[in-house]
Amino acid sequence: QKTKDNFFSKVTKAIAGKSTVDEEVLDSLEEALVSADVGIETTVKIIERVEARVARDKYINTSELNGILQEEIEATLVDAPTANNYDFQSDLPKKPYIILVVGVNGVGKTTTIGKLAYNFKKAGKEVLLGAADTFRAAAVDQLTIWSERTGVPIVKQAMGSDPAAVAFDTVSSAVSRGSDVVLIDTAGRLHNKIHLMDELSKIRRVIQKVIPDAPHEVLLVLDGSTGQNALEQAKQFTAATEVTALAITKLDGTAKGGVVLAIANQFKIPVKFIGVGEKMEDLLVFDKHEFVESLFNLERR
Amino acid sequence: MFESLSDRLDSAFKNLKGEGKITDLNVAATVKEIRRALVDADVNYKIAKEFTDTVREKATGEKVITAISPSQLMVKIVKDELVSLMGGEATELNAKGAPAVILIAGLQGSGKTTFSGKLANYLKKQKKLSPLLVAADVYRPAAMEQLRVLGEQIGVDVHLELENKNPVEIAQNAIREARAKNKNVVIIDTAGRLAVDEAMMTEVANIKSAVNPTEILFVVDSMTGQDAVNTAKAFNDRLDFSGVVLTKLDGDTRGGAALSIKYTVEKPIKFVSSGEKLDTLDVFYPERMAQRILGMGDITTLVEKA
Ligand SMILES: Nc1nc2c(ncn2[C@@H]2O[C@H](COP(=O)(O)OP(=O)(O)OP(=O)(O)O)[C@@H](O)[C@H]2O)c(=O)[nH]1
Ligand SMILES: Nc1nc2c(ncn2[C@@H]2O[C@H](COP(=O)(O)OP(=O)(O)OP(=O)(O)O)[C@@H](O)[C@H]2O)c(=O)[nH]1
Ligand SMILES: [Mg+2]
Ligand SMILES: [Mg+2]
Repeated sequence: QKTKDNFFSKVTKAIAGKSTVDEEVLDSLEEALVSADVGIETTVKIIERVEARVARDKYINTSELNGILQEEIEATLVDAPTANNYDFQSDLPKKPYIILVVGVNGVGKTTTIGKLAYNFKKAGKEVLLGAADTFRAAAVDQLTIWSERTGVPIVKQAMGSDPAAVAFDTVSSAVSRGSDVVLIDTAGRLHNKIHLMDELSKIRRVIQKVIPDAPHEVLLVLDGSTGQNALEQAKQFTAATEVTALAITKLDGTAKGGVVLAIANQFKIPVKFIGVGEKMEDLLVFDKHEFVESLFNLERR
Repeated sequence: MFESLSDRLDSAFKNLKGEGKITDLNVAATVKEIRRALVDADVNYKIAKEFTDTVREKATGEKVITAISPSQLMVKIVKDELVSLMGGEATELNAKGAPAVILIAGLQGSGKTTFSGKLANYLKKQKKLSPLLVAADVYRPAAMEQLRVLGEQIGVDVHLELENKNPVEIAQNAIREARAKNKNVVIIDTAGRLAVDEAMMTEVANIKSAVNPTEILFVVDSMTGQDAVNTAKAFNDRLDFSGVVLTKLDGDTRGGAALSIKYTVEKPIKFVSSGEKLDTLDVFYPERMAQRILGMGDITTLVEKA
């Protein structure tokens, strides 16, 4: 039995009978944001913007405050450039459209690929998977199971082979097969390991031997329960592979994934997908409005 | 963005020079800085607040001597407090039994399977025990295969039942196998699960009651943010686990979740996992963790590694 103890009810109490937003209100706002992993710096920025708005617009009531908050927070989240904006149904900007999936260990890269494959295929697209994680125990087997589950072909080599070679094979094969979309899985790597980050740059260069403007999307997968370290992840992966979009996973738990506000604020990378479970149906196209609302739903059990 | 805490405190303390006592007045700004530094290190917001309240009490009235700056004194108070919170007595893993049963649980992707392999390797090599790994994750694609490969790498047997979808049965059968084969420690790798997933939490509680574990280890990713407290509490409520394992410490996270968890459930952190290779397992040093959270540079570890 879940009870939703909405953050706004707390703010409502704090604001009752007051003609302005005071410390108490701002404190509870700070608590809500920080507890959602938004981080101090971004929280302070948001609060300053709210303060400025309130000072300008003078007296506000609770529902107006709610509106202002939502607007200010949504404003920090960026949209993908129109040239690279797509959903599963629409035509993809390029054919074959190459998506390279990267991230630190265990965040949900392989699972997200399975879910994306399912969604693209359902929308009638020819999908091809590339098993370029040749390192982690049973990584290729895991992706193979996803390829069977979704009925999508896979390009793979033996464990321990060169991931760049697998990526090269996959993209070449996609060109000759006429695939619409290619999803390349990579091994999890911590962003502070230079040689592993260099390997990603190499995968990228090798793909470009086949298709010069590929990969068209570099999807950085972030675990929604990660705290402030996600900022470093975004920074280092962007430096190594020019990340173009984010996917946030495991938002079916109680973690809020608020660190993406900080990432959006600093790196201007759009969030495109969110993961809400382990099944292939458990992927949603990111919706700013819903995401911001969920930041304030303090779910308790 | 992570300035060190001492830098932050230097600016907060710029008004307090030389001798004098730390008073409520000059400590207020500092306490706020400390709180923010802790929250930036992913210490839970409420815990950071309680923690800094304690620090404020301890600091007030302390004499500032000229040899040490007020900010250094504050850092010392904070660090000592952190170490004492995270420390307590070192509690060794209990691997005694016929066989000892160690149950591994935690969120998805936290590093349970890898840790299971590391622990088996450690018990085999360091403690000269004969472990049996048990693949009780019946959900994740290729989870059993993953454990099988790890077992092969370290030369440890793995109990596998590829067609069995019942982890409770698998665990029970494994213990029987261990007895038959004279294995003295059984390590049960379970599926990742969310604390809010009622059915899955019941499942792991059922495994617990079926096998009566010697140790239950809660495996948590050291990069976890504010939610660490909720998760640790929920797992502890259901399993009453005996220890915590912090993983992925080879990254550059501050690891404030460690403090939050310790504070919330009061269970010892027994191991830290810092790498993908199976020999990267360490016991836990409170002092190093405190320094890491504070961003004071883990000099001891660096020196040892050199
Ligand atoms: N609850 C939940 N679990 C998820 C989600 N996405 C992935 N997982 C689980 O997280 C675990 C790790 O997922 P993987 O897809 O293997 O992660 P990865 O990033 O490929 O991991 P490595 O390749 O080892 O770095 C698995 O148990 C998944 O089932 C999600 O959105 N919600
Ligand atoms: N860098 C690093 N990676 C680790 C560490 N521990 C585990 N990993 C990696 O993290 C990823 C997930 O590890 P697993 O052991 O599969 O995690 P799990 O908890 O069993 O995952 P599920 O069974 O899907 O819930 C893998 O890529 C591991 O190689 C560690 O200490 N450091
Ligand atoms: Mg993977
Ligand atoms: Mg596992």
